[in-house]
Amino acid sequence: MDHVRKIFERDGNSISVLEDISLDVRNGEFICLVGPSGCGKSTLLNVMGGFLSPTSGSVAIDGETVQGPDPRRILVFQERGVFPWLTVEGNIGFGLSKLSDAERKQRIAHYVQLVRLQGFEHSYPSDLSGGMKQRLQVARALAVNPDILYLDEPFGALDSVTRFIMRGELLRIWQTERRTIIFVTHDIDEAVQLADRVVVLSSRPAKIQDVLTIDIEHPRNLSSPRYLELRDQLAQKIGLAFSA
Amino acid sequence: MLVRLRPVAFILVLLVIWQIAISSHPGQLLPGPWQTLRGIGDLLQHGLLLKYVVASLFRVTWGFLLAAAIAIPLGLTIGWYSRAEMAFNPLVQIFRPISPLAWIPIAILWFGVGDLSAIFLIFVGCFFSLLLTAMSAVHNIPDVYINVGRNFGLSTPAFIYRVLYPAVAPQLIVGLRITLGIAWLVVVAAEMIAVNSGLGFLIVDARNAGNRYDLVVAGMVVIGLIGLLLDLAMRSLEQVKSFRWGFPEN
Repeated sequence: MDHVRKIFERDGNSISVLEDISLDVRNGEFICLVGPSGCGKSTLLNVMGGFLSPTSGSVAIDGETVQGPDPRRILVFQERGVFPWLTVEGNIGFGLSKLSDAERKQRIAHYVQLVRLQGFEHSYPSDLSGGMKQRLQVARALAVNPDILYLDEPFGALDSVTRFIMRGELLRIWQTERRTIIFVTHDIDEAVQLADRVVVLSSRPAKIQDVLTIDIEHPRNLSSPRYLELRDQLAQKIGLAFSA
Repeated sequence: MLVRLRPVAFILVLLVIWQIAISSHPGQLLPGPWQTLRGIGDLLQHGLLLKYVVASLFRVTWGFLLAAAIAIPLGLTIGWYSRAEMAFNPLVQIFRPISPLAWIPIAILWFGVGDLSAIFLIFVGCFFSLLLTAMSAVHNIPDVYINVGRNFGLSTPAFIYRVLYPAVAPQLIVGLRITLGIAWLVVVAAEMIAVNSGLGFLIVDARNAGNRYDLVVAGMVVIGLIGLLLDLAMRSLEQVKSFRWGFPEN
């Protein structure tokens, strides 16, 4: 059971970016954070990941306060997240140096297969497409067996067709691996298609404006009335967020 | 293949023009290519060429390696801590524009006439250039790589070896290549004053001991060719697979 709760403001030049944000996330849940761009979604994710410390309030996971970055929670970045000097294998094995050679090889092989990069084990990222690089980043994150995966607009730099495919891939991976996922996006379809719950943030300083539960079983039919209804609801809420 | 031969062909044409120009003006302005070639042959015969090349390369190697061994770790450290950089940067900027040759009197004062002086001058010439390269290389590491390294819980030595070093390597290689060029420039000048062997000494000595300008130009040609080979050797490092991401495709 994950118990994430935070109340804080962050001072850059004493600009309040996040205000009094409290949220409980269940183990294995898929949460999407949506909100207007520049509202502080990434800041929130960085605080949850331990990269930034909150001005006040705290983040706790399984009752343990987050003090800094930790391999039990891995952040996946929008782009440039993979190491260009390592091959696909090297990247996936990056966090596995403590394992024995045999175990590491096995783990790498497993995740190469999971993200469907077979045949590219010895390729460098410069030879991969944008979608493949993001899959590689997800594989590297999953390989260290984290409890939580934070994804910061992971498909934001991809073209729309690739994004669509990647959503399907991420769902498939999530269903086989069952990690808690917190996913930042500004794409309404992405949120409704992926999340168990969508957290709508207001514009800066970000507050939780609403939490929308998406009560449709996977695989989701993207033209079912319920899907379209929720999608419209979310759009409306985000519209409110923009004017708020 | 033909494209690769084009520069060679061009040089041959220039050599022919040079020879023709010299033959039609038989003054003492410059030895011709043929004389120069005979000069190189002369030096080879007396065993001087190899000896001097080895002497020069020896000094460059030591000066360059010492500078790299000190300036790169120091520069990476300074670059990593922004406060240290603020403190050191003005100092580096003051020292950097001082030509290494301005250090010649001090080198002789400290180390006397000999190898040490020459090595010191090369060291000074390389040091500030490498220090700056290392400082800016750390600066240019994208935050993402640093955050990923922190996220995966690397210890400090592991972070340095597995993130910091590979992230700066391509820029360091460019810096090393340029600096090796500087070292090769400085050694010639240093050898003209501080020692009595090496290619720089050869040039001064050939002039002083009987105006042997064929040997002067022979020395210059050899210096140029070795400089070219050093650069090609450094360039080949850029082709190493795990470095290549840092260089434009060619």
